[in-house]
Amino acid sequence: MEAKNLLIMDSSPLGLAGESTRKIMYSVVLSLLPALGVSFWMFGWAAVRVVVLTSLFCIALEALIAKFFNSKIDYLDGSALVTGILLAMNLPSNAPWWLLLIGSIVAIIIGKQVFGGLGQNIFNPALVARVFLLISFPLQMTSWPVPGQFDGTTGATPLGILKTEGVGAIAKLKTADLALGYVGGSLGEISALALLIGAAYLFYKKYITWEIPVSFIGTVFVFTAIFYWINPQQYASPVFHLFSGGLFLGALYMATDMVTSPISGRAKLIFGFGCGFFTALIRLFGSYPEGVSFAILFMNAFVPLLDRYFPEKKFGMQS
Amino acid sequence: MNIKEKAIKSFFMENPVTGLLLGLCPTLATTTSAENGIGMGLATTFVLLSSNVVVSLLRNVIPNRVRIPAYIVVIATFVTIVDMSMQATLYQLHKTLGLFIPLIVVNCIILGRAEAFASKNTVWHSFLDGLFMGLGFTFSLFILGSVREILGSGAWLGIRLIPESWNTILVFVLAPGAFLSLGFILIGMERLSRLFERGK
Repeated sequence: MEAKNLLIMDSSPLGLAGESTRKIMYSVVLSLLPALGVSFWMFGWAAVRVVVLTSLFCIALEALIAKFFNSKIDYLDGSALVTGILLAMNLPSNAPWWLLLIGSIVAIIIGKQVFGGLGQNIFNPALVARVFLLISFPLQMTSWPVPGQFDGTTGATPLGILKTEGVGAIAKLKTADLALGYVGGSLGEISALALLIGAAYLFYKKYITWEIPVSFIGTVFVFTAIFYWINPQQYASPVFHLFSGGLFLGALYMATDMVTSPISGRAKLIFGFGCGFFTALIRLFGSYPEGVSFAILFMNAFVPLLDRYFPEKKFGMQS
Repeated sequence: MNIKEKAIKSFFMENPVTGLLLGLCPTLATTTSAENGIGMGLATTFVLLSSNVVVSLLRNVIPNRVRIPAYIVVIATFVTIVDMSMQATLYQLHKTLGLFIPLIVVNCIILGRAEAFASKNTVWHSFLDGLFMGLGFTFSLFILGSVREILGSGAWLGIRLIPESWNTILVFVLAPGAFLSLGFILIGMERLSRLFERGK
């Protein structure tokens, strides 16, 4: 009679939580639905078209790479879908199809696959694509459709108005409009509230932790508050900075990307502080109206360093 | 020395830019168009060729301890000649390339060839080495310049390839585009070099 092998010899982790890349990625997709709903409501079918096209392009490109270069890639694991949706949320709803295609190519190939695929990329793929498009096609990337109007009217984002016309021009914008999303902007930057609802689900599932969003948003708030306190005639209020632009999208979904953010709590706090600091710096003194994407990409480059100097305390390790 | 083998080597396996990764500063900075790439490449070729010949002629005269300053003096002489004659004849190109013409003097390809090859070999071989290395350098600058000009301005050697109203990918004319294109060209050249090595 064969003895039953009860003693399992294996290296840690021995306890499994039942999580997988697929499960996490599709949970992220689920959590993005409220924000997508708001953008569909505000921009109509044009927004649906952008989201569907970028998602299809991203998955198709990953499938092509899986077929020709590395057959081990699971292109339906949801990571390409998340990249596609996040890229769509960074774009204006009137973006032409070739802009979406180029963005998807940059995100999947330059942002992700040249580094070796999921888990190896240094920079957030969707943000790499956004910055690439912003630098390459400034005209298409800065004419934002006005929400609720389906006749092709375009206008600047609140941050763009602030940059070109000064503090007086944004006085008439209501904070409630900013928080709910009734302002010009990309698909994902308009409604802070819907993003928070989606992120609450990810917090509940423990896929993202509080450190990065809190330190990111907190730093932007404190930094802009200092300048508002010094000279309210020249600098916009911290509440305006909080609810305008892609701060919530960046802090909740882009900066917390598992691959491109540090592991330990302390490193996450520093990472979030850096993101917030550079965002505020670019917004207040830079030549671009919005700095979230640049700040996150910049801090992405420091992640290996942060992981090295602030390693996670291992179980049983002497401190 | 087999001339044909040497030519293939200096264009692919030992290409200064894509094989040895030397002289990347002018490579990245001046290749905003194919024409600029050729201009920069040929200017460098002339300096490389002449300095190789002179260094090879003087290889038994220059004392070993002061060889680097001596090479620099030789190279600087030819760079000054190129700089001034380009200013006189190709004023527009000279203006576009700007500071990078005088900077040929510190290009590591030239000092590298003088130190590693010309100071140990005969004049004829040094001449061939300078010529092929220079042409290999020009070749990779031309490829990089072509990629960046076609993608970034929709033209090639000044001839428009796409209608005026179409959008071009502006980033390829800027610095990040230079790094991106060079990276992908390196992948391609690596593949090509392997093909040549297998064919041998």
